Formats: sequence, C-alpha cells, structure tokens
Amino acid sequence: MSRTALSGSELAGRLRDRDVSVAPAVLNLLEDASRREEARELLVALGPGVLGGEAPGHIVGVTGPPGVGKSTLLGALVAVWRAADRTVAVLAVDPSSKRSGGALLADRIRIAGPAVGGPGRFIRSMAARERVGGLAPATRAAAQVLAVAFDVVVVETVGVGQSETEVAELADTVVVVVQPGAGDALQFLKAGLMEVPDLLVVAKADVGAAAQTTLGEAQAALHLLGADDTAALAVSALPPGAGIAELAQALDDHRARTDGPARRLATRRAGALADFISEYGAQGLRAVGGRRGAERILIAQSPELDGHSLVEMLALQAGLDQTS
Amino acid sequence: MSGERAPHRLAAPDPAWLMRTYAGHSTAQASNELYRTNLASGQTGLSVAFDLPTQTGYDPGDGLARGEVGKVGVPIAHLGDMRALFDGIDLAQMNTSMTINATAAWLLALYIAVAEERGIEPEVLQGTTQNDILKEFLARGTYAFPPVPSLRLTADMVAYTVEHVPRWNPVNICSYHLQEAGATPVQEIAFALANATAVLDAVRERVAEERIGAVFGRISFFVNAGVRFVEEHAKLRALAVLWEELGRGRYGVSDPTQLRLRYGVQVNSLGLTESQPENNVQRIVLETLAVTLGRNARARAVQLPAWNEALGLPRQWDQQWSLRIQQVLAYETDLLEYPDIFEGSRVMEGLVDELVQGARLELASIEQRGGAVQALSHMKAALVESNRGRLRRIESGEQVVVGVNRYLETAPSPLTADGASAFLTIDLAHEQAQIDALERWRAERNPNAVAEALEELARVARSDENIMPATLAAARAGVSTGEWAGTLRDVFGSYRAPTGVADAPPARGYAEIEQLREDVDRASEQLGRRLKLLVGKPGLDGHSNGAEQIALYARDAGIEVVYEGIRLTPEQIAASALEEGVHVVGLSILSGSHKVLVPQVVAALRDAGVQAPVVVGGIIPQGDVAELLAGGVAAVYGPRDYELGAIVADIVALAVGGSQS
Repeated sequence: MSRTALSGSELAGRLRDRDVSVAPAVLNLLEDASRREEARELLVALGPGVLGGEAPGHIVGVTGPPGVGKSTLLGALVAVWRAADRTVAVLAVDPSSKRSGGALLADRIRIAGPAVGGPGRFIRSMAARERVGGLAPATRAAAQVLAVAFDVVVVETVGVGQSETEVAELADTVVVVVQPGAGDALQFLKAGLMEVPDLLVVAKADVGAAAQTTLGEAQAALHLLGADDTAALAVSALPPGAGIAELAQALDDHRARTDGPARRLATRRAGALADFISEYGAQGLRAVGGRRGAERILIAQSPELDGHSLVEMLALQAGLDQTS
Repeated sequence: MSGERAPHRLAAPDPAWLMRTYAGHSTAQASNELYRTNLASGQTGLSVAFDLPTQTGYDPGDGLARGEVGKVGVPIAHLGDMRALFDGIDLAQMNTSMTINATAAWLLALYIAVAEERGIEPEVLQGTTQNDILKEFLARGTYAFPPVPSLRLTADMVAYTVEHVPRWNPVNICSYHLQEAGATPVQEIAFALANATAVLDAVRERVAEERIGAVFGRISFFVNAGVRFVEEHAKLRALAVLWEELGRGRYGVSDPTQLRLRYGVQVNSLGLTESQPENNVQRIVLETLAVTLGRNARARAVQLPAWNEALGLPRQWDQQWSLRIQQVLAYETDLLEYPDIFEGSRVMEGLVDELVQGARLELASIEQRGGAVQALSHMKAALVESNRGRLRRIESGEQVVVGVNRYLETAPSPLTADGASAFLTIDLAHEQAQIDALERWRAERNPNAVAEALEELARVARSDENIMPATLAAARAGVSTGEWAGTLRDVFGSYRAPTGVADAPPARGYAEIEQLREDVDRASEQLGRRLKLLVGKPGLDGHSNGAEQIALYARDAGIEVVYEGIRLTPEQIAASALEEGVHVVGLSILSGSHKVLVPQVVAALRDAGVQAPVVVGGIIPQGDVAELLAGGVAAVYGPRDYELGAIVADIVALAVGGSQS
C-alpha cells in the first residue's frame, strides 16, 4: 500500500462526513503498529465528547460455534440491509490464527455473496491475535469508529462460552447463532457458562423439524434463566430464505428498547479494560488494583471520554507510560 | 491349437476397449472437424470436452465467462451449436461421452433433441454423461447449484434415462478428479463410492423400487491411474469388490451383470511435467497398463492425456500420439489374448485386500458424518492434506520425479524447440464470434416459446416433478445454456463449495519454514502490520490445488491469507484486495485464460486504487511470461516452479519492496 494514505485526523473528518469509502484506510491505520499516534488521533477525534454524542451506527455482535452458518446468515442479513439502503461494515474475526501468526481468512466470500457490493458494504477479515475468540484492540477500535459512518457495524466472532462475552464488550446487540440439534451451546447457556445473548438464532431452519425442536429447547432454556426478553428465532439463509427480514427487525427492536448511550458507555469501559489488559498484562492490572480497581477508575471518568483515552487514564493511574 | 483350450489362453482375443480422445475447443464447427478427423484415424468413440461457461451454465458474454469461451472445450450455447457439433456424425451409431456435470441434464437434452430432429429414437442413443456433481464440489469446481438440488437434477436424469434412454450411462462416478486433487488410492475408492451412494440414495426416492437394480447397473465409473501402476491396478480390483458389496448390501441387487463394475479412464495428468515433457509419454504408457493389464478389472473405455498437457492445450498431433499408444497396446501386443493374469497372485491379492480394508474404514467415517453431502468439508480437507503431503515429498526429494527433482540435465529438446508452437493456442476472436452468434440465435427464435419454456422450467424446478421433460422442451424452444442454468439458479440459489483449507493443521517437519517465518515477522514489522496476501482465482477455472497449497504454505509461514475459493470476477478480487488491505495479490489460473484475465484483474485493482504487487501462477507457457510481466505483473510461476517455499519467499520480498513505492 502506498504511504500517500490519509492521516488519522483526515480519516476522522471523512468518517464524520459519513464517507464510508475510507473504511479500508481506517482499518489499515488501526492495524498499523507504526502509526499508533495517528490511530490515537483518529479515536480521540471520534470520541463522544467531540461528536456530541454516541456514534450513530448500530454495532451488532454475531457469535456462535464454528460451522453453524454464521457467515452465510450474515450474507443474507447484509443483503436485507443493503436493500433498505443501509450501509454495512462487517469485521469478520477469524479464529484460525496459528502460532506462526499466520491465518487463513476464508469467510469473506460467504458474507459477500456474488455481488461486488460497492462502497456501501465493507467487509474486513481480521485475525484473532492473542487467542481463539479473543478480539484484537484494533477490532474494538474499528467497530467504534466505523459506527460513526456506517449504519450497521457487525463484528463476527467464532466460539461459545467466551466469545459472546468478548463481543458484549463492544456490541449494542449480541446475537448467538446455533444450529439445529447442536446441544452444546444450549448446555453452555443453561449451565451459566455463557452470557445470555440479546438474540438467539437457530440457523439452517431449512432442515425443518430439528430446527424447530432446537428453537423450542432454546426458548425453554431462556425462560428458565428468566431471560424472557431474549428473542429466539429460526432462520434459513438458503433460498428462498426464511426469517431473515424478521431477524433484521428483531435487531432493530432490540436497539429501540435498550438504552443506547448507557450500553455504549458500559461497552466502552469494558473494552478499555480489555485493551488495557491486552497491552499491559496482569502486571498492569495489579498496578490499578485489579479488575475492581480498574472498574472504579473507569466509572470515575467522564462518559464522553473515548475508549483510547480511557486506556490512557488507566495507564496513568498505574504509573505506566502509554506511549509506545 | 486345436481341441482342449489351454487355461492360460482365451478361445478368442478380447475386443479392444473403446478408444477416445478428450477433445473440443474454439467452436462447435472446429470441434466437429476435429471429431471427424479423430474418427478417421481409428478412434472408436467420442469424448466431448465442453468449455467452462458451458460446464457451469453461463452464456458467452456473461461477465464470468470472459476469456473462457472455447478455451478448454467447445462452447455449446444452444441447440444450434449441438447440431453443428455432431454434423455428419451418425448419432445412432456413435458412443459419445460428455464430461459434463452441473449442466448435464441440459446437454443431454440438447443431444436428444438433435437426435430427434434426425429421426433417431432416444432408445438407441449410447453414451455417458459424467454427472458426478459431488466430486465437482470436492475437486474440480464446475458446479452451478447447491448440493441438494444438484443431486435432485442427477436423480431426475437417472430416473428419466433408465426409462427413455436405456442404453445411456447417466452417471459416471468420477474418481479421476479426486486423484488429480491429490487423493490417495484409498481416498479415491472411498470418496467415489460415497459419492455413488449419495446419487443412488437420491435416485432411490425417485424411481419404483423394482427399478433400483437397473439403475445400479447403469452407474459407471470414470477413474484415474497414476504411475504406480501395480497398486493402481489393485485399486480397480478393490473398487470392483466394494461396488459389488455395495450393490448387494445396501441396494439388494443380485443380478451379476448389474453388479459388475464398469469403468472408463483417463490416466493421470497431475504427474505430467513441464520439464523434459517427453518423459510424460512413458508415464502415460505405464498408467495405461494399470487399467488394461488385468482382464478382471479392465477399462471399458480409455482416453489418454497428451505429452504436452503441462505446457498448454494439446494439438491434434499430440492427441493422435496418445491414441497411437492405445492402438499399439491393443493391436500389436498380446495383452488381449489371455485371461486375467493376476488371478492367484499373492501380491495382487494382498494389495487389493489392503485397499479394501482402508476404503471400508474411510467409508465408515463418511457414513458416520451422514453421507457424502454432509461430509463434503471433511473429504475436501482430506484431499488438500494429501496433496500437501505429495508436494512436500516432491519438494524434499523423497518422491522422485524424473526431470523435476532428479536427473535435471537434458540435451536440447527438438519437441519444444519452437516454444509456443509446441501446443495449441486458441484464437481470442472466437469469444466475440460466439457472443455475436448467440445474439443472432436469440433474434431468430420465437421469444414467446422461450419465455413459456423457461416459465415451465421454473415451475417444475420448484415442484417435485422430473426436470427432464421441461428441459427437453426448453432445448427445442431454443433456450440458451445460460438461460436454462440461470432459471435454475434463481430457484435453487447459488453455493460455494468448501475450500478445504480453513481447518488444515499447521505444517509439521518443514525446516525451511522457520527461516521464512522470521522473514515474514521482519517484513510485517517493516510494514507496520502483519503481512497480508490475497490468493484469488479469477474466472471459471475450478482447479484450485495450486491456490490451496500456496494459501496453506503462506499461512504456515506466518502470513495472513485471504482465500475465498474459486470463481471470482476481477471486480470481486479488486474489492477484496482493497477492503482487506492486502500487501500482495496472488492469482492462480490453469485454464489458459491468463492472457485475458490477468490484465483485467490488474486494471480492476489499479482502478480501485490498490497498488499491491500481483503475482500469477498456473499453467502459464514460458512464452506468455514476458507479456504478463510487461502488463504490470511482478512475477509468474508455472508448473516448473514446484517449490512452494521459494514462491512464498518471493512474495515476502515483494511485499516489502511494494510498500516502499
């Protein structure tokens, strides 16, 4: 890539103008270790204080075990959003990164489908750096800033039992996808090993009876957990498709009935803590008095502070130098 | 000899197998001429090679068909093309094999329609449609619809031909491409039988119960044979054992003629080399022995590749040479005078037993996953892994390939002295001519009849009725190949086959990869973020071996690899490169359309503002390299470049160089 790239503050301006075509450059910047200072500029320039409120885009986290058809489902969902003229960014976090640092990012086309897409649809594959289901700081930062320009930002991760927690640290709405007959995810849910999602989706509803059975089990499990607010639906991404428009509607409904700014603030603080830990490790965490201490520090900060500045505050309190 | 016949001799020599040459290119007219010449030189059947747009159901002029029309086979866009293809050839007498899968129902319908026009009843038509869709998802990539509706089309065709075209082999379960994708003998047997089982299970639901024996008897195989010809022969005997077992056990067939394994063969192309290509002739001869030596498992039909397939498309003379191999074997040697020469051989029995046991285990594992359709990802990943091992053994020298990793010294070859004239080059003008011809065809047909036929086709596709009558009606009405397939795509949806690489385990035992990892780490540091590579397959070419192996090797070297599988347009590749922020773009093209597709991808990338260097691999003749480099490509790799490590090292160097611009 050539280095005539736009600077962090230029990119921030373009995103504020809702220019979605700069998304590739934004990701290139956020992933670039040699451009940390510019990334900081970008994040600060798009903080709620500067924007005069939260970024307007809907950040949706989609997670579930491998092979349940998340990407295909997302492809169908993206088509519904695009048909409604909503701009969509998808950050597909791939779990396959290896010790070597290499990764095979193969999900993109299942989301993209045959259409080229145009600037209203942006898909970026990202390798999960530290561990399976884990989110790189760049992913969280990307979701935050893309929500300034895009109507919908999807973060797709793979896993069960942990990934939904990670996604909950950045999403307005968390969707867990399971497949018919897959008892594992539901067992995790019942056993409390998994956070209750905002929406539970049984994919591959085209397989019929098995999907309906799983849907029934999911609804029963959610009821037992007292999570009657969590909608459960069965969808099929295979043509002619079923339940996709309903899923899009359910996502909108969830957003409409939740307190957006409050949740954003909570995710921003949780994300900042995760970023802080990923940067400074257990030692850094001890220096701020553990998780509880960190949370106390974060809560004391202005709600308008951007995620990056929150990490800096933690580092300051820990007596650690943020610049690297 | 008179009186008592000696047990080691046949009373009369066997007749020779059916001799064919896989042929077709440019236009229906040019291919027709080629067929007539081939028949005049003693060929006894026809084997039609269709171009990729025809195989995948796109009309010439479609964006995805660019550069592919008439390239690896003949373009058949409508009834008129089929008429021209068989002009002057008596369909009542001919035995025609068609390598056609996703659109097999359509091509058979066109064939039947042409026969009807000539007053020939479908009952007398003889031939084979390959129609083994599952292996397309596993190995060859010319699928058009998702697995379940694809199998329904297959089942419809079988149900139809068993009643109306009884001498036709509607399905030729094709393990050929599995071996081309790297399958071991055990995998070749097991995956082919699993695919056959999926077809038979689907057909069983669409025919009367008492017809299943007849159906079973019409299923034939199309196998591969590699250069390890003793084991390869054992493979066919093992396949015969397991096929009979499957027929008796699962389908309750008892008629011995219905239970007999019938197979045709094209011997291995994967092992043919670009360097010292004359050695390919002896490879082909030995591979032919694998399928002819033992009478109990001898091929019914043989077609041989040509010596220069790793260089480019074979010319008529190259194909004639391969036909002559068959003729010398059948007519000069004593091969056909004896009963089975391996009966009682401990070696052969032992080998067969080993393969049978291995294949049974593999079959059980597929069955456990719910059958071949459910096990597609499993089988694909297993093939990628086998091929990875094969390349690894060649790279390390453990597996000898003469002229490639041993005995490299050679005197100048008169066969390739003339460079680009050592193979066939397709005139690019054919594509536009074919597009124009289709336009004329459309102008002359009855639009109402076409609309009605397509409407009826869509209705039948949505229903549970047999697809064949509506397909035949569409053929007669002048519907085009792309219209037929497009109508079904609208109903069935599109699909992308598993790439087989996502879950591949990390490489083991690569010493040189550690060094490469350090280089990648260093390059990544220099770039600011992890080195990212896009591996793209533009166009309709489904041969993904090379792309898969490069993607895996690069991943193991620490690179972030975006690989999206086959069949991408230049615009899709450019959009991916831009959105993914890759540092290098690698393209793989084996269909010979690199001269059209590569410039299009490069232009699309630059239009999108992506300056990343582009490298190209595939069956790229040496003579085309300069042109590609002049067109903005940074490096070109052909079959001669078998060391994956060296290619990936180049990519790393390019990524760093590219970032400094």
